[in-house]
Amino acid sequence: MPDTILVVVEQREGKLNRVSWETLTAGQALAAETGWTLEAAVLGSGVLNFANEIAAKRVSKVYAVESPKLEPYTPDAFAAGLKQFIESKQPKLVLMPHTYQVRDFVPKLATAMGRTAISDCIGYKKDGAKLIFTRQMFQGKLAADVSFACDAPWFVTFQNGAFRGDKVEAGVSAAPVETVNVQIADGVIRNKPQEVFKEAKQAVDLTQAEIIVSIGRGIKEQKNIELARQLADALGGELAASRPICDSGWLPMDRQIGSSGQTVAPKLYLALGISGAIQHIVGMKGSRTIIAVNKDSEAPIFEIADYAVVGNLFDIVPPLIEEVKKAKAGS
Amino acid sequence: MNILVCMKQVPQKDAPLKLNEAGNWIREDVSYEVNEPDAYALEEALRQKEKHGGEVVVITSGPARAQQVLREALAKGADRAIHLEDSVFVGLDALNTARAFAAAIKDEKFDLIFTGLQSDDYGYAQTGVILAELLSWPHATIIMQIEKNEGGIRVKRELEAGFFQFVDMALPAVLTIQSGINKLRYATLIGIKQAKNKPLRKVAMAEVQSAISENLQKIERLYIPQKTKKTEMIEGSAGEIAKKLVDKLRNEVRVL
Repeated sequence: MPDTILVVVEQREGKLNRVSWETLTAGQALAAETGWTLEAAVLGSGVLNFANEIAAKRVSKVYAVESPKLEPYTPDAFAAGLKQFIESKQPKLVLMPHTYQVRDFVPKLATAMGRTAISDCIGYKKDGAKLIFTRQMFQGKLAADVSFACDAPWFVTFQNGAFRGDKVEAGVSAAPVETVNVQIADGVIRNKPQEVFKEAKQAVDLTQAEIIVSIGRGIKEQKNIELARQLADALGGELAASRPICDSGWLPMDRQIGSSGQTVAPKLYLALGISGAIQHIVGMKGSRTIIAVNKDSEAPIFEIADYAVVGNLFDIVPPLIEEVKKAKAGS
Repeated sequence: MNILVCMKQVPQKDAPLKLNEAGNWIREDVSYEVNEPDAYALEEALRQKEKHGGEVVVITSGPARAQQVLREALAKGADRAIHLEDSVFVGLDALNTARAFAAAIKDEKFDLIFTGLQSDDYGYAQTGVILAELLSWPHATIIMQIEKNEGGIRVKRELEAGFFQFVDMALPAVLTIQSGINKLRYATLIGIKQAKNKPLRKVAMAEVQSAISENLQKIERLYIPQKTKKTEMIEGSAGEIAKKLVDKLRNEVRVL
């Protein structure tokens, strides 16, 4: 039997989470590199339709791992169900997207199996026979190559955007789909989750904005936000922020860009005093052009910027507002 | 409610980091601060204590310098502290850190354990959940609100894309706390004074050694990430930079 890579895709609210396709792309690439067999699994209650959707892609087999106790999601049921399934199939490598849901149960699952998870990876390498996974550390300032120092199964989660979901290869014919019923004993599930809800109607849809001026900690004080607002107004753009600004209540939560806020891809993203923590970058790295102003020349935001200004935003923004106004008046 | 808060000392956000000679860790001569989500976890524990009574205990692992986060926590109102003191703790993976914590608190009795949702250095987002599994306690992650009720607690989990969910849980439980759950307090002068007399228990590596193993994952190499994008530096005086940027906005980005 060849070794197997198992991709566990995520479904929520009757939909396949799009980031699942990215993980499947990663699985296909790893399978090509290692010669291992690629299989996929989806967990839940009544998830055969998701399994069939995955089966159209280039995979050897897809499992619908079923139990009525897997709905609604709880970490107890997911860890127990997946542990049972993984112990019976014995995959070498288990890949998942680094979603809030996966973060909630994977450390528990890996620990229950006496294993470890290399979490939030952005890529992989093969060093001889050894598989190496790359992850960001120190808020993205440094990268680390990490390997497993224990027996398989090896658990890896991939960051949102690490692979291209639209590059997932279709299969020549539909892969076989098998339903596996897992037994989750009474008393395993301890938490009682309530309905999922959305806090408030979003007042501003930043995903539609062509120009975004975004502020981070470098703005220092709430009253300084006015300066950024003037620049946004001059450019005809929207004002947004990284998480700490919204946590402080300086701007409403619906202005937040990042993994817990909105994901945007405007024509222009102007980052003022934003260091570029991973959680922020995943929400804006698809922007067509990124201009970053930051006094710290080592800020990770510069890694993804098209134009970089190392300097104090309070020196640079006022003349920039004037120049933009002049340019607009002249055109 | 008796609450344990797991806290970590991490390099300051804007501290320039240098690699050590082996290229597998940073040079330790940087400025440190408390991991931000852990500060929110502490604040939440103090607020719960003010509402429901009980004790707040803070725990950290790391060399002598890490004691600073405990001192600050005591000054803000924590009742006592536990310090797993050894530089070896810095290099432990999430599983071994959780094992060491579990061993250090085996004679304690807590209703809740809080951690920040992730650390700003490793960024595993795992230690709290692993600790729950080691203790056989239920857990919930990325928590934005905690209310005590008859059966235990009701917590508000943050999900992705602006969604939330309330979860009812029995105690004891482990919660990982999201930044922004509350407003942080400052330590008062009197608090700083009182902190000096609060108990701080030191735990040596030898006391928890039997609970931990070799790391299950290994950092082979740490490095400055390769750039994936060509970045053009815009330099000059502030006025010159403004002019150059407007030129780019007009001719390259084409938004003016």
